[in-house]
Amino acid sequence: MAYDGNRDFGGGYDDSYDDRPEFRDGFRDLQPLEPGFDTTNYVPDVVRTFVVYLYRHIREKNVYEIHQMYEGSFQKLSDRLFKQSKWPAVEMIAPYVENDHVFCLLYKEMWFRHVYARLQPTLEQRCDSWDNYCNLFQVILHGNVNMQLPNQWLWDMVDEFIYQFQSFCQYRAKLKQKTDQELAVLREIDEVWNVVGVLNYLQALIEKSMILQILEEEKDGNVTFTATDGYDYHGGTNVLKVLGYFSIVGLLRVHCLLGDYHSGLRALSPIDINQPGVFNTVIGCQITTIYYYGFANLMLRRYVDSIKSFNQILLYIFKTKQYHQRSSQYDQILKKNEQIDEAMFDELFSYACPKFITPSPPNYDEPLINFNQDAYRLQLKLFLSEVRQQQLLSSIRSFLKLYTTISIAKLASFMDVDEPTLRVALLTYKHKTHVINYDGTVLSNADVDFYVDDDMIHIADTKVTKRFGDYFIRHIQKFDEIVNELDRTQLE
Amino acid sequence: MGPMPGAQAPQQIFTIEQLVALNPYNPDILPDLESYVEEQVATQTYSLDCNLCLLRLYQFQPARMNVHIIIKILVKALMALPATDFSLCMFLIPERLQMEETFLTLATLAHFLETSRFREFWDEANRNRDILEVVPGFEQAIQGYAIHVLSITYQRLPRTLFAEAINVEGLSLDKVLEHQVNNNGWALEKGGKVVVLPLNEDNQPVLRRNTADSIPLEHVAKILPVLV
Repeated sequence: MAYDGNRDFGGGYDDSYDDRPEFRDGFRDLQPLEPGFDTTNYVPDVVRTFVVYLYRHIREKNVYEIHQMYEGSFQKLSDRLFKQSKWPAVEMIAPYVENDHVFCLLYKEMWFRHVYARLQPTLEQRCDSWDNYCNLFQVILHGNVNMQLPNQWLWDMVDEFIYQFQSFCQYRAKLKQKTDQELAVLREIDEVWNVVGVLNYLQALIEKSMILQILEEEKDGNVTFTATDGYDYHGGTNVLKVLGYFSIVGLLRVHCLLGDYHSGLRALSPIDINQPGVFNTVIGCQITTIYYYGFANLMLRRYVDSIKSFNQILLYIFKTKQYHQRSSQYDQILKKNEQIDEAMFDELFSYACPKFITPSPPNYDEPLINFNQDAYRLQLKLFLSEVRQQQLLSSIRSFLKLYTTISIAKLASFMDVDEPTLRVALLTYKHKTHVINYDGTVLSNADVDFYVDDDMIHIADTKVTKRFGDYFIRHIQKFDEIVNELDRTQLE
Repeated sequence: MGPMPGAQAPQQIFTIEQLVALNPYNPDILPDLESYVEEQVATQTYSLDCNLCLLRLYQFQPARMNVHIIIKILVKALMALPATDFSLCMFLIPERLQMEETFLTLATLAHFLETSRFREFWDEANRNRDILEVVPGFEQAIQGYAIHVLSITYQRLPRTLFAEAINVEGLSLDKVLEHQVNNNGWALEKGGKVVVLPLNEDNQPVLRRNTADSIPLEHVAKILPVLV
């Protein structure tokens, strides 16, 4: 690989940062700095070398190395040296990387992310982080960056961008604990983490990268994007394209946070989540995509789509066994078919829903109340009213399962309601279980369906499970493959 | 040579739909979207995406919110039933605003329609004609929705129920039924006492029953080599 002989990186070091002697035993010899030590102004040697190597790898486009350093070394150093403190300020490390503008922006991005993760960001830091993102995105959009960065990092950028936006909205809405000084500053900085700005950046990334055209052309086979996981093997850059792609998911997320589920799903439409795509390459992205897709469908009453996507991601999580906490969360959502009363719905929804935000700045002249809960409360209220509307339906369903025909009078007496109420409930059942697709066709997602002939209800159990046969066949085949493989390895 | 198109209205080069598609997060298009709502009301057209875009922009800048426009959007959304447009719009309207009387009324009306309580709906609608008359075509749209729900549920239903659902009686009801019989394949039985709805996929679920546990031959063929 290209190596600039004029640079002296010290003799005898391998190209891989993590293979260096002091790191092989996992930084055990590193002394954590004393608490209270001002970490921002002192650059320990390991940090200096980290920065130098990272800069070099970025310049030489060694994506694998970058990924190792970004995922591994950065975390290790944070844990050992900067557990509760900040990394050295960018001005301190800039001399080691030739004051490279783009690298400094990237370093600051990681710097702020560390602050958000380990410490409580101050208002000033929030504003600075916003400025940094603006600068970084400006450079990527209008400059000609010729880098290849790992998809994990690019996803984290988009993810963190939205997370900090969310965090700022929550922070801004908690008016009660603010000092007068903070309020004064907030009044001034209208455009910092402004929702329109955030949305426009995401939109700009999508447009400038022309990712929509790329995804379209890919279907015709003219362009390879997904096949190479977004990376460019011809010496080009993947940054803008992949950022554009992840911004599609970002838009879905922001729309859901604002309560606009329809537009969120519309934004996601270029990506077919049933096909393997670049969003599969980063697990965080995959989970986020499926979660928000499923949640949006849930709020739109498209329960079949929602359940399908949640199932998909639950299976995946279960197989990878990394995120046990969150898998139980989805499990609970899927159990809503059973006889649960309203309080349970309230609890489940509150536990599982995204952190909704109020995007507009508050009116600072009104009495200071905390209104960060407003957006969430509204969504909860609407969800619960939907639940209430569907309350009779589960008991109807259980009765209908028992019969092939039953008269309206009889069913009404079973359910202890009068006939008109029952008729109304039957109509509601039909209405709620029939969904209008985007192209206007009506689709039923009920597993127990019926029709009414004057006074008699005729029931048809539509979804008979014929799945067992397929299931067994698939597994027999798989097992056979495994056995054959074992046979082969024994022979060798 | 006709008039030059550029000279007439240089700002109207893009239609509203295009504006929303290209530049949905730009607060400057807010006035255009508002006038488009008025246009939808006047010409009995409807565009969910544009209205959602407007509600979003109101969310970002609550100071510019125009309550009358929002009410019109909500009424239009009600007319779009059985689509879930009304709920979608409600998600974007702040809770404080939803506590106002007109909004409470609209929410109640929506609730009645979602739970198919047509009689209560029409009673409430009659009490609030002033809100609903602003948007022409409201009554027909709701009647269309009622007919839709009835068609997917019933094969035959008593005439009285039908009358209650679409809020039409006497001679006008006869006319409606006649229209449906002639154009949509309806029929009347028992001297007009029972309305027979055309069979469609939804009120005839028997047709969709899957046969139990039949496995196609190809699948079985796949495992034959293993079994042998």
